[in-house]
Amino acid sequence: MAEMDTSSGGGHKKGPGVKKSKKLSTRVDLTPMVDLGFLLITFFIFTTTMSQPTAMKLNLPKDTNDEKEQNEAKESGALTILLGKDNHVFYYEGKLSPDGSNFKSASFSGENNIRDVIINKKKDVMSRHQHTNSCGEIWAKNNGDQTSCRDKDFVVVIKPSDESTYKNALDILDEMAINVVKRYALVDISEGEAQLVKISDQSAPQK
Amino acid sequence: MARPKLPRKSTNIDMTAMCDVAFLLLSFFILATKFKPAEAVPIQTPTSVQKVKVPEKDVVLVSIAADGKVFLSVSEQERREALVNELNTRRSLGLSATEVQLAASTPFFGTPFSQLKSSLAIPKEKYTGITLPGIPAKDSTNNELYDWMNAVVTVYKGEKMNLMLKGDMNSKFPTFKNVIAAFKRTDLLKFQMITNPEGVPEDSELFRVGQKTGQ
Repeated sequence: MAEMDTSSGGGHKKGPGVKKSKKLSTRVDLTPMVDLGFLLITFFIFTTTMSQPTAMKLNLPKDTNDEKEQNEAKESGALTILLGKDNHVFYYEGKLSPDGSNFKSASFSGENNIRDVIINKKKDVMSRHQHTNSCGEIWAKNNGDQTSCRDKDFVVVIKPSDESTYKNALDILDEMAINVVKRYALVDISEGEAQLVKISDQSAPQK
Repeated sequence: MARPKLPRKSTNIDMTAMCDVAFLLLSFFILATKFKPAEAVPIQTPTSVQKVKVPEKDVVLVSIAADGKVFLSVSEQERREALVNELNTRRSLGLSATEVQLAASTPFFGTPFSQLKSSLAIPKEKYTGITLPGIPAKDSTNNELYDWMNAVVTVYKGEKMNLMLKGDMNSKFPTFKNVIAAFKRTDLLKFQMITNPEGVPEDSELFRVGQKTGQ
């Protein structure tokens, strides 16, 4: 394979005075070349990103001042999530009380996860649901499934503060997808809430 | 006792076959790799559980770099040209026909209108997101991205357009908000955000829904 036939053609005899030339082996050691080949393969495999990026769809509501067009959220079914500095998450249920007593802190991972907060709130809202006239429309959309309207009162309001990052916002939007929250809105933070987040940011543990 | 004579075997292995395999694999990987298109700046996208693949045609991509600079790129050359032409007349940038051509040949836009003309003189290897100032989108009074998006709407009128947003993980939220504000003002209410795929957590509701529907 890796050698060449160097013997002079079949039975050709040289004259008596001609010295027999020394036969050099043409065998080449291919081991370094194999090494090189595999090294390059490893390099290419590690440098290529195999994963194709995916896209998250987001539909924005049209800004409207017409009160009729604005969606109303039931206070009992609302969960407001606020995003602060350094991946801090805060939330409150319903309306923020004037003394800020229902303003709580959560995190993106580990204990006191924001996901659990969303799941618990969703369960709570769904258990309190009572059918009304408007439920019929939702049933019709879901092939008459009478449980499909149970989470219709559940609304998550996401309010990222100016200190939060794009990643935080997307993580929360992703939580909406993970926990199948159908109604959520990205809303500008109000002045009072921004202050509250700022104060809580300072007292919250640094990560 | 007489020991049986073991035949002495050569330890030389013929490496040719292995070499062939190695280089065959190597050439396969090189040929099968699709290279990434030119990017304004390296952007680290956040992860999400979404499974929708990013479209490749008719893309209008708005990128947000980690430092908050905003860039715009359009996938098709003709569209870029139409876009620059549109803005040239709209904002009276004073570009000549050759300058419009030159501007359309740049892979992305990332300068304020006032610097667009002078930025064309920048050599290609220096035309990167690090040197360019980005499209101003900081506040609502001087949101030039709004003008860009307005022109994009005109250029793509009645045709399919994939509006995408690619933001860096570490970019601050206000930039994202300003970009969304520009989208909203031009009635571009549907867009997609580019993310890296991530596994669905196993105890989540989405996971159960996915199992039910067999996806």
